[in-house]
Amino acid sequence: MSDSFDDLRDLYHEVILDHGRRPRHARRLESFDATAKGDNPMCGDRIEVWVKLGADGAIADTGFQARGCAISVASADLMAETVIGRSKADTHALFEAFREMARTGKCPQCDGALADPLERLEPLAGVHEYPSRVKCATLAWHALIAALEGGKEASSE
Amino acid sequence: MNVEAKLSPGRPALLDVTCIREDFPILRQKIRGKPLVFLDSAASAQKPRAVIEAMREAMETQYANVHRGLHWMSERTTDAYEGAREAVAALINANDTHEVVFTRNVTESLNLMAHSYGRGILKPGQAVLVSGMEHHSNIVPWQLLRDERGIELRVVPVTDAGELDMGAFEALLADGKVGLVSMTHMSNVLGTYTPAERIVRMAHAYGAKVLFDGAQAVVHRRIDVQALDCDFYAFTGHKLYGPTGIGVLWGRRELLDAMPPFLGGGEMISSVTFERSTWAEVPHKFEAGTPPILEGIGLNSAIDYVQQIGYDAIAAHETALVDHALARLGAIEGVHILGQAQDRGGVVSFALDRAHAHDVATLLDRQGIAVRAGNHCAEPLMHRFGLDSTTRASFAIYTTHDEIDFLADSLVRVREFFK
Repeated sequence: MSDSFDDLRDLYHEVILDHGRRPRHARRLESFDATAKGDNPMCGDRIEVWVKLGADGAIADTGFQARGCAISVASADLMAETVIGRSKADTHALFEAFREMARTGKCPQCDGALADPLERLEPLAGVHEYPSRVKCATLAWHALIAALEGGKEASSE
Repeated sequence: MNVEAKLSPGRPALLDVTCIREDFPILRQKIRGKPLVFLDSAASAQKPRAVIEAMREAMETQYANVHRGLHWMSERTTDAYEGAREAVAALINANDTHEVVFTRNVTESLNLMAHSYGRGILKPGQAVLVSGMEHHSNIVPWQLLRDERGIELRVVPVTDAGELDMGAFEALLADGKVGLVSMTHMSNVLGTYTPAERIVRMAHAYGAKVLFDGAQAVVHRRIDVQALDCDFYAFTGHKLYGPTGIGVLWGRRELLDAMPPFLGGGEMISSVTFERSTWAEVPHKFEAGTPPILEGIGLNSAIDYVQQIGYDAIAAHETALVDHALARLGAIEGVHILGQAQDRGGVVSFALDRAHAHDVATLLDRQGIAVRAGNHCAEPLMHRFGLDSTTRASFAIYTTHDEIDFLADSLVRVREFFK
């Protein structure tokens, strides 16, 4: 039996288990410029994201509170880690590239300017083999983008 | 099917599951090289060969539209389809086959009730009473009715044990405003049977009619609508080893007669002019359009299959499975089982301390075990127990003790994985 669970390391990468168990950015920001909630009604995952912007308009800090599976929590944490210090345009580009990676397992952007953050997010690429779990990985991103665009709510449906 | 062969000799009312499993072709499937362990029958049950064959044979040998053709094929098909109505009437001991309305599923049966009984019979100021352990399909139609017609929606709370709070139930009936009690007969999350006879007695004493959502109950227990003395009963074919796309609403003849139609169209009319139309007799008044013909034929076959095995044997088998599951899962550290109802059927929901239900389901899937994870379309009940989601294992006539052991052993490994 342990053999077959080892197969799952492509989905439950050690990085995901670690960030799922002990997220570093799972906190509400005291002061923030933008916030949004994300909701996956199919599975009941919920997340709230807060964003603090710097004078240059880039993301100075972000935090989240999530109720969901290991993948959704780990993805939110890795997202926070990779977007802090990044401009809104870069964050959008990173989201698009990450979404492609989560859906297809492919990463055409991985050699470009976003190579470093995408490498950090790469442990989540395994979800593409589990179509029902892709939304777990993208929910936090939908909420973050909604917050940056001034929305209040996002759904990964 | 040889019924004798399926009952273990010397142990009456216990199934020979090995034999039963041979009737279900899908159970031979392998999932990623592992035998399928299908513990998601409460969502939809697998189909025995008899059902598959009945539908195939109808399509190959005698199929046409029903109730309208004056030709051999249509007459034969009509007989087969109407045979399903007789089978349903016999299954639930209905007094009259006209009381059996075919719908698509329980959701449509409940929407029919909210529309035709809720808008046609109930009056603003009256109330509909549901319980805290309803499926969304027995909540949302009544909310729509409330918001449109000012018909109050009341909710009977669920106790910590996962049972209906009968004291609160009576208190909510006391002012006599409740026109309809619409309640699950067996929770799809907790497995709890609601005390149907008591519910009916109390509701009738306060002048309310009673509708049961029997989607789960009819699979596990013999339903006798006359003995229950209820007014309406809904169930669906696909959980009862039949096809999807056919559900049932049984109702007392005089009540159905008094209700306005639900959907309009062909089949449900007596005559149509541009000035006015008149309605067909029940049940056809509620069956607009070409009905689920093949599905009716499949359901007839499924009911026949279940009746041949017999509810005594089915109930005994599932009680043994639930007892075994509660003992095995309850003994695992970190597993919290939802509900400790005295009277319960073949459904066990649980939370695991170290892992979210979706992670549990994904790992179990790797073992070939199919379970459901999520809120089970019962969000209010989840919140009642302070949870967002649970993992649910549900049992059927083809479920074995070995499969439950395998689930328990796998859960121990899942917990290790998320250490």
